[in-house]
Amino acid sequence: MENKKNTRFRRGFDEYKTLDPAEKRRMKREFFINNALYIFLIAVIIAIAIYRPRFLSPSSLINILSLSAANLPIALGIAGAIILTGTDLSAGRAVGLCACVAASLLQASGYANKMFPEIGTMPVFLVIALIIAIGALIGAVNGFCTAKFNLHPFIVTLATQLIIYGGLLMYLTLGTNNGQSISGLSESYTGFINGSILSVGGTAIPNFVWYSIIITIVMWFVWNKTTFGKNMFAVGSNPEAAHVSGVNVTRTIILVFTLAGALYGVTGFIEGARIGSNSASTGLNYELDAIAACVIGGVSFVGGIGKIRGVIMGVVLLRIIFVGLTFLSVNQNMQYIIKGLIILIACAIDMRKYLVRK
Amino acid sequence: MENDVLLRMQGISKSFPGVRALDNVSLDVRRGTVHALMGENGAGKSTLMKCLFGIYTKDSGKILLEGKEVSFKTSKEALDCGVAMVHQELNQALKRSVADNIWLGRYPTKGPLVQEKKMHEDTREIFKKLGIDVNPAQIMDSLPVARRQMAEIAKAVSYNARVIVFDEPTSSLNDAEVEQLFRIIDMLKKGGTAIIYISHKMEEILRISDDITVMRDGKHIATEPAKNMTMEKIIKLMVGRELGNRFPERKNKPGKPLLEVEGLTSRYSNLRDVSFTLRESEIIGVAGLDGAGRTELLENIFGLSARERGRLVLRGREIKNRNARDSISNGFALVTEERRSTGIFGILSIRANTTVSSLKKYLSYGFVLNKKKMRRATDDMIKSLRIKTPTQDTKIRSLSGGNQQKVIFGRWLLTEPDILLLDEPTRGIDVGAKFEIYSVIGNLAANGKSVIMVSSEMPELLGVCDRILVMSGGRLAGEVNAKDATQEQIMTLATKYA
Repeated sequence: MENKKNTRFRRGFDEYKTLDPAEKRRMKREFFINNALYIFLIAVIIAIAIYRPRFLSPSSLINILSLSAANLPIALGIAGAIILTGTDLSAGRAVGLCACVAASLLQASGYANKMFPEIGTMPVFLVIALIIAIGALIGAVNGFCTAKFNLHPFIVTLATQLIIYGGLLMYLTLGTNNGQSISGLSESYTGFINGSILSVGGTAIPNFVWYSIIITIVMWFVWNKTTFGKNMFAVGSNPEAAHVSGVNVTRTIILVFTLAGALYGVTGFIEGARIGSNSASTGLNYELDAIAACVIGGVSFVGGIGKIRGVIMGVVLLRIIFVGLTFLSVNQNMQYIIKGLIILIACAIDMRKYLVRK
Repeated sequence: MENDVLLRMQGISKSFPGVRALDNVSLDVRRGTVHALMGENGAGKSTLMKCLFGIYTKDSGKILLEGKEVSFKTSKEALDCGVAMVHQELNQALKRSVADNIWLGRYPTKGPLVQEKKMHEDTREIFKKLGIDVNPAQIMDSLPVARRQMAEIAKAVSYNARVIVFDEPTSSLNDAEVEQLFRIIDMLKKGGTAIIYISHKMEEILRISDDITVMRDGKHIATEPAKNMTMEKIIKLMVGRELGNRFPERKNKPGKPLLEVEGLTSRYSNLRDVSFTLRESEIIGVAGLDGAGRTELLENIFGLSARERGRLVLRGREIKNRNARDSISNGFALVTEERRSTGIFGILSIRANTTVSSLKKYLSYGFVLNKKKMRRATDDMIKSLRIKTPTQDTKIRSLSGGNQQKVIFGRWLLTEPDILLLDEPTRGIDVGAKFEIYSVIGNLAANGKSVIMVSSEMPELLGVCDRILVMSGGRLAGEVNAKDATQEQIMTLATKYA
């Protein structure tokens, strides 16, 4: 395989040498445009590293890695909705609800402000299952309304995110809590998420990084190797064609959103322990970062287009930029402007790949 | 046994509010035969097929498949029973690969995983059997329309269907590809498949059908063996009256040179060094195989694709036609090939569709659109082009193909063009309506307008045009006089650089 690639490359290069200068220039430009995101990423890393060498230290890299890992599941979920030419505005609130519920059920049993003192400490795996189920239920409702009422997911999730938020605020007044943020988490929970089995250069890699990697691999298979995944792309590309070919379009849409919801549950569960003190503002605007990551990574609103590696790229790129800006001590107000510009430019460059030249 | 009836549709009726779309229609399709279903748009052919596939629920009547009554509720049920359809409008997931499209809805799986390799191998095998040269891994929208159509046909075949409905399968195929399709149909017939073939092309129908059923106004008019039918007889049955000629009499007299195209070469497609002169009141046809650069030629003249070099000289003055707006102001108009995706605004009214390119004409006080003026302009077009529509507020997508095309013509006529560029102007339009489109084109030329018309139907080019340019491999292969040229001459030129 390696060998084959090599000869192909060699042949490609020989061909390249025979081209006239104008063709060469065009090929170089095409290469630049097709790989603009990677080139841009490398340039950003080099630039930041020159000003702040500590940016490339193990602790900094692991910080970027774990922040990316925490946001990857939600981005993978939203990517599915975008592939269906939809979107999901409820993702951040769903993460917030899941994080708060997870935290409330997994507070240390001796903690003074325990929300539900009578439950003791619940088993972590039971709570994981419950949280994922809550996320999936939210997603299923989104999907059901989208598919059955033929509404655009923008509208459906605009509504459901409000409902979720209201529900979350009410939940936070339950038990002894009275609307405060939830902390004092049990060791079993924080250890499961933030604990570590591997350290690099003296910095521990938190466990949730591995969970995120496993989920990403599973998602790769789901997208590329299962009937459901292929149906998802087909429905996103042309729902009519999928329908006449015998695909159950309604079911596919509901499943895509349900899966997305389950992934918000995962991010919520991770965030609950990672943040440690959860309130109604947990998860706020996560969906916007996730959507930005997807579009930067080439998941197109046109529908039917998107790759797992694109989503990963988008999430990591966005995270490197966020962390990098902090490293460079860029003024917070300025950071928003830069983020906005980067999303615009990255998407504009990426779009050029899909342009059919005439 | 060989000639027994495989599919029997008996006394099918279907009403929509205010319309009786199907009135007691029956259709018997025999095993191993091609049964042509003919009729003008609106005659009820599609409705009948939609009742077969369960897209519409029939009000009364029975459908028997091999003697057993069936009633499909979804297209999946129909496919599972071996009834497949090649849709007229390409219905494909364009961002996905050819193989993904062919196996959509029935991916071969092993456990939870799709067997990608098997899928590609099976696709390759089917393509090999059918003589189709397409890479299964290729993304659909990177293929030309004809190839996509062949893939769609292969898909229907791959269901091992006992009954296959072909709805206008040749509308985007050139002659060589049509031959290939007929070979495939022949193969299917020998294998015992029953085929329902819907088409407006008489030559095709008479060549490949065993039986012909003609419908009109939702009623069954006649079913006869194809060998007892002639073109005149079919047309008479279809329109309910004698239709005289297939082409209107030529009334235009080409005058002095109007547009000179010199060495037109596009930057990103294969169009190379095309030169010709268009005269006033002249209709030039452009023939060629798929990929010969015909559409590219029109688009390049109209400024829709980048020009590497070449000049356009209009009445002795060089013009640039940098983009559509520029071209329109220079008096050009372009009727595009794919009406549904680049022609009509489906959910908008006839009025909105006719006036969209000439909105400036309907302003009051310099900035308010005057509805009365727009109404009047639309009415003029409906009358002069004889567009059949209940009102001008009707959504254009509810009209038949021929009437939609007339609306598009109306849109361009309102921009008062001198040169009309027409790309497959009669694609998917039935005989009666075709004649009217030809008349519209002829009248325009007679009234001093010049026309460049691309078509894959050679009889049409020979019947309507003054001269025919033949393109091949992006270049101009030659020119023939439409009055004495033959189809063979054109074909020879068309393969010159292919």
